[in-house]
Amino acid sequence: MSHVIPYIAAIQEAIREEMERDERVLYFGQNMATSPEDPFLKQFGPDRVRVTPISETAEIGMATGAAVAGYRPVVELYMAEFLLVATDQVVNEGTRFHFMSKGQVSVPMVMVAGYGFTAGWAGQHTGSIYGMFMGVPGLKVALPSTPADAKGLMTTAIRDDNPVLFFQNYLLLLDEGEVPDGEHSVPFGVADVKRAGSDLTLVGTGYAVRTALKAAETLARRGVSVEVIDPRTIAPLDVDTILSSVARTRHLVLVDQATRHSSVAAVIAAEVAELGFSSLEAPISMVTALDSSIAYSKPVEEFVLPDEHKVIRAVEASLGLAPAST
Amino acid sequence: MPGGAAADPGSQALDAGGAERLLATMWRIRAFEERLEPLKRSSMVHGLTHLSIGQEAVAAGVCTQLRDDEPVYSNHRANGHALAKGVDMGRLLAELMGRADGCCRGLGGSMHVVDVAHGFLGATGVVGGNLPFAVGSALASRLLGRERPAVVFFGDGAAQTGIFAETVNLASLWQVPVVFVCENNGFAEFTPRSAHTRVERVSDLAAPFRVAARTVDGNDVAEVHRVFADALTQARAGGGPFLLECLTHRLSGHYVGDPGGYRAAVEDEAWRARDPIGRLVRQADAAGWFDVERSRAAEEAARDEVEAAVAFALGSPFPDPGIPAELTYAR
Ligand SMILES: Cc1ncc(C[n+]2csc(CCOP(=O)(O)OP(=O)(O)O)c2C)c(N)n1
Ligand SMILES: [Mg+2]
Repeated sequence: MSHVIPYIAAIQEAIREEMERDERVLYFGQNMATSPEDPFLKQFGPDRVRVTPISETAEIGMATGAAVAGYRPVVELYMAEFLLVATDQVVNEGTRFHFMSKGQVSVPMVMVAGYGFTAGWAGQHTGSIYGMFMGVPGLKVALPSTPADAKGLMTTAIRDDNPVLFFQNYLLLLDEGEVPDGEHSVPFGVADVKRAGSDLTLVGTGYAVRTALKAAETLARRGVSVEVIDPRTIAPLDVDTILSSVARTRHLVLVDQATRHSSVAAVIAAEVAELGFSSLEAPISMVTALDSSIAYSKPVEEFVLPDEHKVIRAVEASLGLAPAST
Repeated sequence: MPGGAAADPGSQALDAGGAERLLATMWRIRAFEERLEPLKRSSMVHGLTHLSIGQEAVAAGVCTQLRDDEPVYSNHRANGHALAKGVDMGRLLAELMGRADGCCRGLGGSMHVVDVAHGFLGATGVVGGNLPFAVGSALASRLLGRERPAVVFFGDGAAQTGIFAETVNLASLWQVPVVFVCENNGFAEFTPRSAHTRVERVSDLAAPFRVAARTVDGNDVAEVHRVFADALTQARAGGGPFLLECLTHRLSGHYVGDPGGYRAAVEDEAWRARDPIGRLVRQADAAGWFDVERSRAAEEAARDEVEAAVAFALGSPFPDPGIPAELTYAR
């Protein structure tokens, strides 16, 4: 049994259920309790649902301290870029605490960060900056593309004993999808085959999964069978599922909204080049954002970003197909 | 340049001419933003639109006293600051419409307006992100032997950031000519100030750093003008940093289309009675400077200028989709 809800509601559902299940789960953010009618505030009260000032560094650091003391804070940061203000806290403090203390402490906390508001929000609010965090030791990074995964990964994130950076995509917030009823968790480090196929493996990350699925659907009408894989978490990253798919399809295209050299695509390309080279019949192709800030103006914004057409061109090139007229 | 930044106005007390200039500037901002709202709602303007309706006295009282080589840094709520500093209205609107003739070629948009020629060194979408830029500008001016003050606008919400304290401390330590102008509208997005801090006044934060500070009625343009004039005179004379807190109120949402639920707690009606434009007209009447007819004329001129800006912006093409290499890195 399942129910259909938007991506954002699925995330909220996970947080609510985990707060019901475990009193140690706390919820912090700058607009957390704007009115007394706020559903979280009403249900869980002002001790557990707390408004924070515009102080990302202190918000995340404070959550670290509470986590060390046994609580499980969820910090709502709104735009992912705002946590860049607190980069030290995200990268170099709580994330290293467990290791450097010989495991004496652990830091079970979740940082929720929205990314990719590519609807004219311009240079400082549209980045797909998740790639910057996938090489941070001690930090797990979740990147859901569907409501069901969003709920399941949030559940897992809250239950995990490590700091988790949970990236939600702004353009997907209202997208509806089926979410399993009852308790629902999705394991970290397990990719999901979103569409089975035999001619080529297409890996999307976060929002780009949607782009990949659209391209696969269009290509299917031309008789091209594309397998679409969603890693779902990028730290840990499930390379095996991708390798076994490539072993069958022998072709790999990667789609990622991040800038090329800060993309998950670049990491996957390197892994497959090293571990799956003999499977490949064509070069790996990365369809990413250009290495540029994202412009405000629509035509320039679109120019920088990957889209269905760019993916289809890359698939055609990989398979040696003549480009379809568009 | 009606109501825009003047070449070297000096910082004398307000007179009839000065009051008229402030009136014209406030009307230009008001008329621009009142037109911007429907343009945004009909998607002619895209991205995020933050209006400053009700807060015009701060932008006008401050920016009209600055020279072009005295830079202003702004935040996400930038339209008023930009217009008052002399940014061309048509080029500003073209930017907000993402057009090629925008002051940043449509690449920056509403939170990233920059116009170096008029000393408008830009907005930022990250709260507090550019506070220290102003200290750097002021330092450079000191090193160049010019003592041209830099001004940075910020909201009451920004005062809770770490970068704020770091910046004020540095400005104080080096005694550089910078004026921090806080627009305290009592809200950060949808959250009242009382939920973010127990500090009553942003100006209270200056004392421990030994930075001079004043809190003024930010809806009284004459008062903003007078106190900022003093701060500017001091800063130009090498007197170091100053923090000016302007108590004000935004009469519309955090951004156009915000959910607005929190506004039940907002005393819009009381604040409407303190509308900065009406206040100035009443003061001018009492002082014998001008009457409401003059205000109507200023309003009409502003609305005409806005319509011309709309025509200009609509007539401007969208920029070519490419990213010129010279914009990725400076050469
Ligand atoms: C570092 C950072 N955190 C959060 C935000 C989201 N945000 C945008 S505007 C805003 C409120 C700012 O309040 P204030 O400084 O008082 O300015 P106002 O909007 O009232 O003019 C917030 C929290 C941001 N832009 N940057
Ligand atoms: Mg404010």
